[in-house]
Amino acid sequence: MGAYILKRLVSAIPVLLGITVIVFLIMAMIPGDPATAILGSYATPENVEKLNRDLGLDKPLVTRYFIWLGNMLTGDFGRSFSLNRPVLDEILDRFNATLILAGVSFVLASVMGILAGVISAARQYGLADKAITFTVLIGISVPSFFLGMMMILLFAVNLRWLPVSGMYAIYGGGDLPDLLRHLVMPATALAVVATGVIARLSRSAMLEVLRQDYIRTARAKGVDERRVIMGHALRAAMVSIIPVLGIQAGFVLSGSVYIEMVFQWPGVGRMLVDAILKRDIILVQGGVVFVAAAYVFFNIVVDVAQSLLDPRIKT
Amino acid sequence: MIAFLRLLFRNRLAAVGAVVLGAILLLALLTPILPLADPDATATADRFKRPFSEGHLLGTDHLGRDLLSRLLWGTRLSLAVGIFAALIAATIGSAIGIIAGYFGGRTDNVIMRGVDMLMAFPYILLALAIVAALGPGLMNALIAVAAVNIPFFARNIRGVTVGLAGREFIDAARLAGMGHTRIILTELLPNVLSTIVIAMSTTVGWMILETAGLSFLGLGSQPPQADLGSMLGEARSALITSPHTSIVPGVMIFLIVMSINLLGDGVRDALDPRLRSGALTRPRAVTLVDRRSHVPHADQKGLLNIQSLETQFHVGPRIYRAVRGVSLHVNPGEAVGVIGESGSGKSVMALSVMGLVASPPGVITGGAVRYAGEDLLSASYTSLRAKRGQNVAYIFQDPLSTLHPLYRVGDQLMEAIQSHNRVPDAVARAKAIELLKAVRIPNAENRLRNYPHEMSGGMRQRVGIAMALANDPDVIIADEPTTALDVTVQAQILSLLDDLRRERGLAIIFITHDFGVVAQLCDRVAVMYAGQIVEEGPTETILTQPAHPYTKRLMACVPELGGGKRELAAIPGMPPVVSDLPPGCSFAARCDKATAACRTGEIALAGTASHTVRCIDPEEDLA
Repeated sequence: MGAYILKRLVSAIPVLLGITVIVFLIMAMIPGDPATAILGSYATPENVEKLNRDLGLDKPLVTRYFIWLGNMLTGDFGRSFSLNRPVLDEILDRFNATLILAGVSFVLASVMGILAGVISAARQYGLADKAITFTVLIGISVPSFFLGMMMILLFAVNLRWLPVSGMYAIYGGGDLPDLLRHLVMPATALAVVATGVIARLSRSAMLEVLRQDYIRTARAKGVDERRVIMGHALRAAMVSIIPVLGIQAGFVLSGSVYIEMVFQWPGVGRMLVDAILKRDIILVQGGVVFVAAAYVFFNIVVDVAQSLLDPRIKT
Repeated sequence: MIAFLRLLFRNRLAAVGAVVLGAILLLALLTPILPLADPDATATADRFKRPFSEGHLLGTDHLGRDLLSRLLWGTRLSLAVGIFAALIAATIGSAIGIIAGYFGGRTDNVIMRGVDMLMAFPYILLALAIVAALGPGLMNALIAVAAVNIPFFARNIRGVTVGLAGREFIDAARLAGMGHTRIILTELLPNVLSTIVIAMSTTVGWMILETAGLSFLGLGSQPPQADLGSMLGEARSALITSPHTSIVPGVMIFLIVMSINLLGDGVRDALDPRLRSGALTRPRAVTLVDRRSHVPHADQKGLLNIQSLETQFHVGPRIYRAVRGVSLHVNPGEAVGVIGESGSGKSVMALSVMGLVASPPGVITGGAVRYAGEDLLSASYTSLRAKRGQNVAYIFQDPLSTLHPLYRVGDQLMEAIQSHNRVPDAVARAKAIELLKAVRIPNAENRLRNYPHEMSGGMRQRVGIAMALANDPDVIIADEPTTALDVTVQAQILSLLDDLRRERGLAIIFITHDFGVVAQLCDRVAVMYAGQIVEEGPTETILTQPAHPYTKRLMACVPELGGGKRELAAIPGMPPVVSDLPPGCSFAARCDKATAACRTGEIALAGTASHTVRCIDPEEDLA
């Protein structure tokens, strides 16, 4: 098992390098002169040239890539001009908030989605199945940012059950119950689409498995139906559900951008949008690489989980 | 095409989706000629008017602009951008996919590595990075959304192309001297087009949602131009005071995406051949029993007694009569063979006993199955479950697919034991080891820890038998347990079963299509054809003096070892389709003795007490 994890970690290196190359190339597409973009069109030519030299922009593309990569490996993601502080510090300050939001949302979506899918499959064409299928259809069609806004309107403004936005109350907050109260709406809004996708996939995976011969064997030996569904069938269906969980984790992680905007959540997503609007390319570049790298590591966790579940995978 | 549309609209939800989407598309097309206010005309005095106010059906926004007008123009823009992005992504992605799939080898490798790399990004993050580079703006948002969807198309289309590229018609085109471009455009593209269209129908909703999302963040359309996303984004600051400015564009996005999703699901279902045929089995714990005739009275035959069993498959409007009035019993210590071709209904008959026929489409429509006098078909699920494995156990064909691939065989054995007896794990484990030893698996203690894929076919079949024996059942129904095995292993398994029945007094129903197996193990044999028993009698008699023409022909198909060279006589024709049976003898069409009398009316089983045959002109006189 240890060897397998190591192998997966090693195989992540080319993916991580690929990510840096892609991000670098995208940023190199910026039309015009980056220094002019930063300084604005009224900057003097001397200032532009100086900034270009300071940023190393006068060097060839390949050299610039390796300098950038080398700096990142030593923990230097550059300096954000709009915030006037190191990019990595800013990301680390904010990544926790994103991780809490996306993590809770992902767990919520996985549990609810799989459960809904299993019930739906076990009661195929029954009332529960129809109700779930219909709810899921609505869920995957609502834009998360619109859903978030409607939740604010209903639960925060009209019913006054939950705080409108933010991560902690400004006065007297800061403890776990406070965090949870602030988390309910954004985490739910973010989870809805992923829940729907996971439920759909779980339903079809379960239906596929329930047709298999080994399910008939389990029934033939007298295993109770609940155990057939929640044990034999779900265990086998998980093999095709887990990869989808990995993909959905990416959607939840990046979809948090919208939710962070709607709920004023102090995460990386909001930072990225602000940075894009302020044309703070260095901050965007660092943020994108950091989040993408985090996702790569999460996918390794998914692969390891898959290998624990399926003994047929050579570890 | 017409059949497809009919199928599509039979799905009511898909029809609703089509109608809603059609209405929205029509409105978007007609927007320029509708009598609407100027969407960009500001009138600060009239800001935040409620819906249904005079002159403004949906009210006004924070600059006093008419919301209805802005909604329709915004919908038009959102739809155009989403569809355009989908077209770009489909074109570029499909081109990449076709090239990778057609050329294969190194080209494929390099391209797919790149595609995988792009897919390693969380979706929206990549779009953000592209917008960051190009700068905010609707066109740039469109490019970003199209770009992040290219890998999806590339991967899907490549998969289909790889399958096609190896086919004969591509080779033929190449041999005919066509160039690569021509082959791709005239041979490949028409064949992948339907896949591209389906992929587009499933992604266009996403793309509309994503561009709306980018506009919502302020990275898409810039004022005063507004798509649905930026309308929602601008309305956000007035969410609490004037919620209608948010609700109007939000509901429209929802309606568009939902109608596309409904329609897309409908299209996919209508094109799915499995759904189309209605052949999908559904997961029920017990076969549906719907007896239309009265239940036969108990007669005192056998430990397990199948009486006039009728099992059918109801698929759409068609009814397949898989088992047609089969009666069969087995006594303790007896082995009864059931022999027949594939599709003769022998497995369905066997599975009906314990309600294991996949249902729906399977329905038991008549007869009775009595275990020790009690009718299993009217038993409750709880009592049937308690008897499964405990009283009547099954051994199935092909243990690789019948054992659970993800559980250790020891756990599967222990589960069989613990489903009926609440014993501690240690006891169950000891019993499992004992069972593996009983079926002569060497090194039983270690074998418990194996997964099915780590064992040989013969070993797996022994595990299957051990599992059937776990609760000392009285009856074992073995459904072709040796078909997947090679001959030496087959002989070992048969002698094992024979020993078990002599030692434990097991009653065995042995289903096979192999006369050699029947001769070796069975006391009695029943021959099935088209869902009926056509001949039944002691093995010895049936083998030496077959009375039904079918039995005789069937045995002529078996090559004999040391019998010298002789022509093997295959039976001409095919068994009849059990959804459309001719009157009279079902074998008449393939029988060289058939007369007009064979094709009228039911023919009953007749003969002596021990040997019966369903034929009006039997090969042997049974009197």
